[in-house]
Parts: sequence; C-alpha cells; structure tokens
Amino acid sequence: MKLTLKIWRQAGPEAKGKMVTYPLDGVDGDMSFLEMMDILNEELVNKGEEPVEFDHDCREGICGSCNMMINGQPHGPQKLTTTCQLHMRKFNDGDTITIEPWRAAAFPVIKDLIVDRSSFDRIQQAGAYVSVNTSGNTQDANSIPVEKEKADEAFHSATCIGCGACVAACKNASAMLFTSAKVSQYALLPQGEVEATKRVQDMVRQMDIEGFGNCTNTGACMIECPKGIKLENIARMNREYLKAETLS
Amino acid sequence: MSVLDSKVPQGPLAEKWVTHKNTINLVNPANKRNIDVIVVGTGLAGGSAAATLAELGYNVKTFCYNDSPRRAHSIAAQGGINAAKNYQGDGDSNFRLFYDTIKGGDYRSREANVHRLAEVSSNIIDQCVAQGVPFAREYGGLLDNRSFGGVLVSRTFYAAGQTGQQLLLGAYSALNRQINRGKVQPFNRHEMLDLVKVDGKARGIIARNLVTGEIERHGAHAVVIASGGYGNVFFLSTNAMGSNVMAAWRTHRRGAYFANPCYTQIHPTCIPVSGEHQSKLTLMSESLRNDGRIWVPKNLEDAKAIREGKKRGVDLKEEDRDYYLERRYPAFGNLVPRDVASRAAKERCDAGYGVNKTGNAVYLDFEASFLRYGKVEALTSGHKDASEAEMIALGKKVIEKKYGNLFDMYRNITDENPYEVPMKIFPAVHYTMGGLWVDYNLQTTVPGCFAAGEANFSDHGANRLGASALMQGLADGYFVLPYTIGDYLANEIRTGEISTETPEFEQAEKDTRARIEKLMNGAGTHSVDYYHKKLGLIMWNKCGMSRNAEDLQSAMDEIKELREDFWKNVKVPGSADTKNQELEKAGRVADFLELGELFAKDALTRDESCGGHFREEYQTPEGEALRDDENFAFVSAWEYNENPRDAKLHKEDLVFENVELKTRSYK
Repeated sequence: MKLTLKIWRQAGPEAKGKMVTYPLDGVDGDMSFLEMMDILNEELVNKGEEPVEFDHDCREGICGSCNMMINGQPHGPQKLTTTCQLHMRKFNDGDTITIEPWRAAAFPVIKDLIVDRSSFDRIQQAGAYVSVNTSGNTQDANSIPVEKEKADEAFHSATCIGCGACVAACKNASAMLFTSAKVSQYALLPQGEVEATKRVQDMVRQMDIEGFGNCTNTGACMIECPKGIKLENIARMNREYLKAETLS
Repeated sequence: MSVLDSKVPQGPLAEKWVTHKNTINLVNPANKRNIDVIVVGTGLAGGSAAATLAELGYNVKTFCYNDSPRRAHSIAAQGGINAAKNYQGDGDSNFRLFYDTIKGGDYRSREANVHRLAEVSSNIIDQCVAQGVPFAREYGGLLDNRSFGGVLVSRTFYAAGQTGQQLLLGAYSALNRQINRGKVQPFNRHEMLDLVKVDGKARGIIARNLVTGEIERHGAHAVVIASGGYGNVFFLSTNAMGSNVMAAWRTHRRGAYFANPCYTQIHPTCIPVSGEHQSKLTLMSESLRNDGRIWVPKNLEDAKAIREGKKRGVDLKEEDRDYYLERRYPAFGNLVPRDVASRAAKERCDAGYGVNKTGNAVYLDFEASFLRYGKVEALTSGHKDASEAEMIALGKKVIEKKYGNLFDMYRNITDENPYEVPMKIFPAVHYTMGGLWVDYNLQTTVPGCFAAGEANFSDHGANRLGASALMQGLADGYFVLPYTIGDYLANEIRTGEISTETPEFEQAEKDTRARIEKLMNGAGTHSVDYYHKKLGLIMWNKCGMSRNAEDLQSAMDEIKELREDFWKNVKVPGSADTKNQELEKAGRVADFLELGELFAKDALTRDESCGGHFREEYQTPEGEALRDDENFAFVSAWEYNENPRDAKLHKEDLVFENVELKTRSYK
C-alpha cells in the first residue's frame, strides 16, 4: 500500500522541531509499524538523508521502548498494543499517518521521536523496591505463602512496561497509572507491606518533583495502556497515600 | 603456549563451591568503599551483579545502551526459571538439575560450574520472592511449577508467560535501591566501545554517550562484562534489535579469549518468517509444549493442499496427523530438548511436510488440552454433565489464564486466532552458548575482567535447556560473582583510585575515535542494514541449524569479502557528535562481521555433532547428532590475532568425573 507519513523531526533537545511529510510506497499488511519505519529509514539513508530516530528494541511488546503518538493516539489505534506489535494491516492504502513523540514536559525530546523517560526511573528509585539484601540469606520462598488471587493481582500490576503511554494520553501528563502500578504490586504482597508507608510517600513526592500532572479520573491512561493496567491501581495508591499521610 | 587454567577447586563435586567460598580471599568492608567496579550490561546478570556488589559496599558504575536497565532483553524471556527445590516431590535434586543440564548441553560444559549453578538455584527463588517477584501461586498460597524440555520433573518457576520480565524488574528494583543509596551510578544510553588495560589488567572502559556522542573514559579496579549474547549476527533472531556483541568482542580484541562461538541455540517454537520485510522473529515460549502437541500431516498430498490453501490443519483427522516428536521420542515426546525438537522440525519440513506457504512451519496444536483441562474444570466447578463444546470452551479459558499473553501476541503478529486454529511454528536463532572464556571465578583471560550470564560460555555446553538462561544470569550476578570477584579485589586494596589520565586510556580513546571516523567516512554505497542482512543470510544458510565443511569454508570467505566491502562502502549519514542510531548500528555490525567469521572457523574445526552444532558429516543412521568425545571433549578458546581466520585455538579439556559420557537419548 501507499502511505503519506507526517513525522515530527527535531535535531536535538534545544532545536526547533517541525512536521515533515514523507510519501512511502510498497508497505505490506504483515509488516509491523516499526518495520514500516525501517523501510522509510532505509530509503532516507540511501538518499543520504538522516533517518528518523525512534526508540525500539525487543519488538515483542515487552521492553517498553517504542513510544510513538500515531494519529494522536499513543501506540496507535489498536487496543492493548505497543507500536512494535501494531501491524500495517490496520491501515488502508492511501492513508495519511501522523507520527509524533510522547508529549509531556517530564519527557523532554532527545531527537525526532525519542524522548527522555528517565523521570520514570527516578520515581522507581524513590522506593519501588523491597529493602532486602541481595545476599541469598533469605528464608525459604514457600515460607511466605501468598493468596493466589493477590499474587495474580500483584503480577498484573507488575506487568506495566513503563512505556509512558499513560502520560502521553493524559491531558495533565500525569504519571499516576505508572506509579500506582508499582505501588500496587508491593502493597498487595506481604513482602512489601513493611515499608508501605514510606514507599508511597516517597514515590508520590518524586512524581510531583518530576513535573507530572495530577489525575482527574478521566481514564484515558487505562484506555491507551498497551498492557491493560487498571485504574483500580490509582484508587489503591490514593488509599495507600491517604493511609500513610494520616498515620504518619 | 598459554595454559587455560579453569581454577576448578579440588575435592568432591558437591563440596567444591562450599570449599571455595570458605577459602577464597575476602575484602574488608572498609576497603570495599575504596574499590570501583564497572558493570557493562544491566540485564539479569549485570543488574543483579551491580546491585549485589553495591550492597556489599563496592562503588559501582553501570552501563547500558537502552534508556533504562528495565529494557534489557532479559525482559523478553517468557517461560520460566529452573530451581531444584523439589517442591513438587517428583524426585528433583541438585544432582538431577546438574545432570540434566550436563546431558542437555551434550557434555560440552564444565562439571564444576554446572553443579554450582544447580546448588545456588534454590537460593535464587528465595531471593526473588523476598524482593517481591510475583511468581505464579497455587490456591494454597505456595509456589507453582511447570515442566520444560529435556527433563522429567516440574522444576520451573514462572510468572505467566512473562517470567523474564518479572525477574528483571526484581533485579532492577534491587539496582534502584542501590542507585537511591548512591552506591550505583547508572550510565544509561551509553555503549562500551573499548576495554582499557594497564599493566595487563582491566582498568576501565571507553564508552560513548549515545545522546551527545561524547567519548568518555571510566576507570575501575575491575570490569564485569554482562552484555548478553550475539544471536543478532544472524540478523533475523528472537533477540532484541539492539542486542549486540560489542562489549564482549572489544574485550576479545584486547586479549580475552572467545569460547565456543559456533554453539547457537535454534529455538524450535518461533513464529515462522513471513516475508522479506521482517526485522526480527518472535518466540513462543517452550512452556507451550507442556500443553501443545506438535505435528505435521502424515501424507504429502495433505501437506501440499494445506500449503496451497485448499485444506486447513483442523480439517485433518487424528489418524492423518504425524505427531513426530511423540513418535520418535516416546519418553520425552513434545518435551525433548530444543536442539532435538528444532532438528526434527527441519527434517519434516525438508521432507516436504511443512504447513505454511514457504513450507517452513509445523503445527503446535492445543485442541487436546482444551478438552483435557475443560473436563477437569467442568467437574471441579460442579458442572457434571457438560457437553464437549462446553468443556472445550472452559478449557480455552484455562489455557488463556496460563498463556494468554502468548496467544494474544501470536494473533497480533499472524492475524490468526490460535484458540480456533493450531499455531504454526518454526525454529529460529535464540541464544548463544558461546561467549567470553571464563575460569571458575568467572574471570576472563584478562585479569580483572569478568564475564557473566549469556556473555560468558560456561554453563550450557553445546545446547541450553529451557528456563536455564534466567537461572544462570541470576546465579552469576547474585551469588557467584560477588564472591569470586572479591578474591581478585583483595589484592587491589592498596591500588588507590584508577586515573583515566594515563597513556593507556589516551591510546584506547584515540583508537576508538579512529574507528568511528573510519565508519563515518565510508564511500556511501550501502546502508548498514544492507550488510547486516547479507551477513545474516550467509550465517543462516551456512552456519545455521546444520553445517558442513564446504559451506563453512565458503562462509568464511564470503564474510571476509563482505567485511572488506563494508569498511570501504558503508554509508553512515549524520554526525558522530549527536544521537546517531546508524552509527551505533554500524559499530555493532562491524563487530558481527568479525565474529561471524570466527563462528564459521570454530564450526569448521569441530569435526563432530553436538547440541546446537550439527555437522551433516557426523550423524547416526537415524539422523541424530554423532558426538566424538575422544577428540572433541574440549572448549575451544580463541585468541584474537588481527584477522578472525588467524585466531589461535587454545583447548580446555573437559574432564568428567561425575557423569558418564553417553549418547544422548530422549527415546
């Protein structure tokens, strides 16, 4: 199929960006969206032009690297899908596709479609862990039984891939879905209970420092989340936070 | 003539590690504060090593090419992690895990290393659970297990089809804790371009800041390479697109021996290649083989009709299907090891029984398990007179709970619903068992340079059993390296800070800059991908699932030619002082073009078939691998010598005192 691509080009963090139009032919429905971008880049390189830079790695929907705003939607039109798992069969011959980077103050652009998501790392460094030594002198794993439903729920929260689609989808560029998924994982497990108070306080504080906005319960984050992380996590984080603030 | 000293401790197998730990040198906690360690790669091995070394008190710098350690390719591992816990009471033990791994690796790994791996495996699970890794649980609250290929027990711990993700996030959380404490300094979006040696010892690295293009010098008392494998030498593989061999290869160029480069694992259950445009292949977890049955049509005309789209797999009656693994290997059936399953699939497809357009696919069918699970589900939920259709519907829900994400992924990529029609699968390059040669302490032949996880060669021999990569990565990082590196660092407490203002650092930086400049100055005829794809085709056709002497020789020549052309004609647009992904790729492909030739050379010198190395000249009448223990029970460790074809072979003889070398049989 034949496409018209409108892509955000920005040479560097300080440079002024602009939309550039590229026609592209010979796109096959079985290609992933990123493979379509590979073809465009191969064409650009062959012409001696700089290819469009974008983050990508596993191309299996699990590493969370890819992060394109496609026609205004994070990761494109397909539900529960990362950009690498979006296939061109979801588009039609002759389509015009707009491709932009995540839009959020806390995710500054590095180049073209690549943004800096290290704010997510710093939120996790603020407390998304259990303070246990990595020494191997821990008790036998089965001495901490966990109710199956709770373990499954904790697992589900823990499957967040940290791509940032929730932030990109939110009108306030809030990181609540991401942060709450981390808080939830530990809040649901006995291992995480001990330092739950400090954790939620530290992580919420860091989230604010990074410049993410507040949650207004619109739910766009959940709708656009490629992993189906639930809004309930935010409710749980709010409960945990309220509890922590009241008790401390 | 150098001597490869494996430093395997004396004494009975089961006591070696304990004895070693008891006698190895320790570093006083107050002195650890004055010692710096660089860890290159922050996946399961590097991330867990960095966290643990920092926990012990060392100052750690980590390097990763991604924007965050959380994106390391360990995250994509699906099925599970082995541990000899014997929670299921099905007869598992350290010795059995050791034995299965040695046998699975076709007796080409080091006994002492593998036994240590089995010993610490239980600790890994305890550690991860303590960190809050949400493993799958039984209704009673205890940990659940499943089974993987090549074994007869259920020793695999898992978190749905996302075990690697959860284990990596566990290690990453431990790493984050140390970053927060200031004990780990992370350098993300950085790539190691060279190893710096001072007086023969590893004393630091040259790295490129991938955002600014800046070339940086970093000094340390020891360097740990945990940068993963080199499967991307094939271009198409299940590896992440950025996975590369640079850190390990540049270390090799600085004197570290590279071991067994020809041992590649071709994983049997991947989504088949669909077309020319494809950039990578996707794995379907081996755990699916617990519940799926692999088959092709019994009759050639059915296979042909399916390929032409005139028939569908589901139309074929039970008696017209050839469950070839169950037929050939009744004891292990669909759960034979990966190398065996891969070759069996290739054999059927080569014989004309393939079931997709290209003829390179077999079926992975869940029909039987839908009914089997549905029956149990109906009974336990009090639905005693359920119809077959109702049971199948219930069974699909059970399978969805177990492997839902994998089924979704398959559907997304192929546009076919695997709940309705059987999956199509074919073998693909997945994991590389070769890597930097290390001794028992995980030290390479360069003093002060260590290698962990997939970047080293040590534990899997010629074939890796499923659920063992995660085990080895975490074993090395959490429980082996933190002990053994101390033995080396105990002699470094008087060294003082490592200065990067020395002639050695200056020279290494100069070399690095020259290499980058050369890449930027190619004549500009072809893109980097053009060369990578060409290399990949040579590797797959001539060094892939089966090899022969003639092909390997011509592969060496073709790769040499391609490499020369690459350095003359590669086209890298943009500049070197900014983010430039084409330049990043160019540096990596340049290394693959060297490694590929050494790979072929290694395969050519090994006149036997073992595990992932199948030489057509050496097979039994039944088409099974024919090993030659008399002449080839050794590790090939290659010494760099400018051109890959001039690399010098050193042999580490493998001594087996605790297992009898037998023909591997899974019948």
